[in-house]
Amino acid sequence: MNGRRFWAVFICRNREFLRDRSALTWNLLFPVSLIAGFAFAFSGPGLDLYKVGVLGDASVWQGSAFFTTRYIQFIPVVGQSLALTKVERHQLDMLIDPVSRRYWINDEAPKGYVLERVLRGSERAASLFSKQTVSGRAIRYVDWVMPGVLAMNMMFGCLFGVGYVIVRYRKNGMLKRLKATPLTPLEFLAAQVTSRLWLTLATTVVVFIGTNQFIGFPMHGSYFDLFLVCLVGAISLISLGLIVAARTTSEELAAGLLNLLSWPMTFLSGVWFSLEGVHPFLQQCAQLAPLTHIIDAARAIMLDGAGLSDVSGHLLALTVMSLGFMAVGAWLFRWE
Amino acid sequence: MPALLETHGLVKHFRGVKAVDGVNLTINAGCCFGLLGPNGAGKTTTVELLEGIQQPTGGAICYQGEPLGPRFRQDIGIMFQSTALQDHVTGRENLRMFGHFYPRALPIAELAETCALGDFLDRDTRKLSGGQRQRLLLAIALVNDPELLFLDEPTTGLDPQARRNFWELIHRIKARGKTVLLTTHYMEEAYHLCDEIAIMDHGRIIAQGSPRELLAAHFDDVVLQLPLADFPAPTPLASHTVIQGRDTVEILTCDVNAAIQELLARNISLARLQIRPRTLEDLFLELTGRELRS
Repeated sequence: MNGRRFWAVFICRNREFLRDRSALTWNLLFPVSLIAGFAFAFSGPGLDLYKVGVLGDASVWQGSAFFTTRYIQFIPVVGQSLALTKVERHQLDMLIDPVSRRYWINDEAPKGYVLERVLRGSERAASLFSKQTVSGRAIRYVDWVMPGVLAMNMMFGCLFGVGYVIVRYRKNGMLKRLKATPLTPLEFLAAQVTSRLWLTLATTVVVFIGTNQFIGFPMHGSYFDLFLVCLVGAISLISLGLIVAARTTSEELAAGLLNLLSWPMTFLSGVWFSLEGVHPFLQQCAQLAPLTHIIDAARAIMLDGAGLSDVSGHLLALTVMSLGFMAVGAWLFRWE
Repeated sequence: MPALLETHGLVKHFRGVKAVDGVNLTINAGCCFGLLGPNGAGKTTTVELLEGIQQPTGGAICYQGEPLGPRFRQDIGIMFQSTALQDHVTGRENLRMFGHFYPRALPIAELAETCALGDFLDRDTRKLSGGQRQRLLLAIALVNDPELLFLDEPTTGLDPQARRNFWELIHRIKARGKTVLLTTHYMEEAYHLCDEIAIMDHGRIIAQGSPRELLAAHFDDVVLQLPLADFPAPTPLASHTVIQGRDTVEILTCDVNAAIQELLARNISLARLQIRPRTLEDLFLELTGRELRS
């Protein structure tokens, strides 16, 4: 490993990224706008979860328990047949006629089923149960989703930033030209990985600080621990990108393979929703994805104040994955 | 001149296809060697074998009498037919990066002067014209002051002015005692630049020597060229070969006086007659045929 050759490629790759204003802006703006959007959407009285169309005069049921239920949006509608079509098409979860005391739901719609139970239950005596409040820190949805969004942004940056770029270099003949020099594959790959690593971490830190300024996240753990999780996580994701880039010669194929990796990870790793209640097999599959361990560890540190020992299992999994992916990527790599 | 690069029985197979079939070449130090051939003749594969980009199926390549080793990479410069450079990076930064790959690199100022990069050295490589880009790629190939320079169709796609300028650069490099291996589709370019040429077809060398030697060995005639309109329909001439093209008629003759006498005797106007010697293009077509190659 020649440090001079490594440094030359590292510096050139950094210049290429930092001078590409559109890519840089996208890397910074995408997660910020996503988190800002969530913060806005989940601010105020809260997001309505159910939509109920009301035919005629709702004041007939003035004071009824059902009509005072939170998170249900009551929408006045005119014309029963049109409203029923909306129920059929899941645009309304329920249609209710307070005057004739009738309601309609779509039997195929889970929300309709829940609303029916709420309607029937809320109209009976509710005093059979007493309300209990969970103890512990209350967190907003945006607090819970933020580590996932940051990790997801890291994932796209790492996978596409290395995988796609190396395939582009191979396709346009850049790698062939480098092969004709004394530069070794190890020096080239190390420079690409290192460059993408620091750029990803730097953009993640900027995005974290920037969004924290106007949203204000809870941070109950150590910033160093969080940084360490991001560091090991980014290495594992970049190494995964290297496997895709190792021999692929078509940018279209590379994009397809990277999407094939990134989208299932996005859905299975709990970026947007908890995996509680998901089929156990899918939960096991999710453990194979680096993104799951990054998100779980980051949430544990930020929201629960976990220390390194608490997230050591995730760190170990990420380290093993990094070593495995790197070994496979380096073994498969061809200049052409 | 001592041999700088030699091949012995070089063979390369691709899934049953013999792209290179027993090629023997000797490239002497300080010489400009041209490798010519129609598309699919095997010249790009041969050059990539010589560059060490591909590994041969059989045969041997020796550089300064030794098999290709790590030193070879440091002693050669390559300009591929099409190479992309990193986006958003200037010519100077590219030269600096490639310079760092070698233990010894020429100063950027010297490269800029040799390859006339002065006015665009600090420009983003995406904003270079075709000719400027080729000059920068040549400078990159020269960054390690190589003993042996590979130029793979370096002037393809350039306008005539840019091509002539590029020839001038190659003359400058030759004057510094460098050895050049050039592939080209332009016979005029090969004639102008090369001390020695080899013509390849179907993976084999079918002719080799200096352009003058090859022309002298294959031709003892000259070409009389007339517009087709001035030449009455099929007019055979005694002891001269007549080739009819789309707009012209070419008469191949070893005795110009006799041919002209015969044309005059048939009242053919010589007002637009042109006489030219045989060229490398004639030789190329004679050896490789006139049928269209893919």
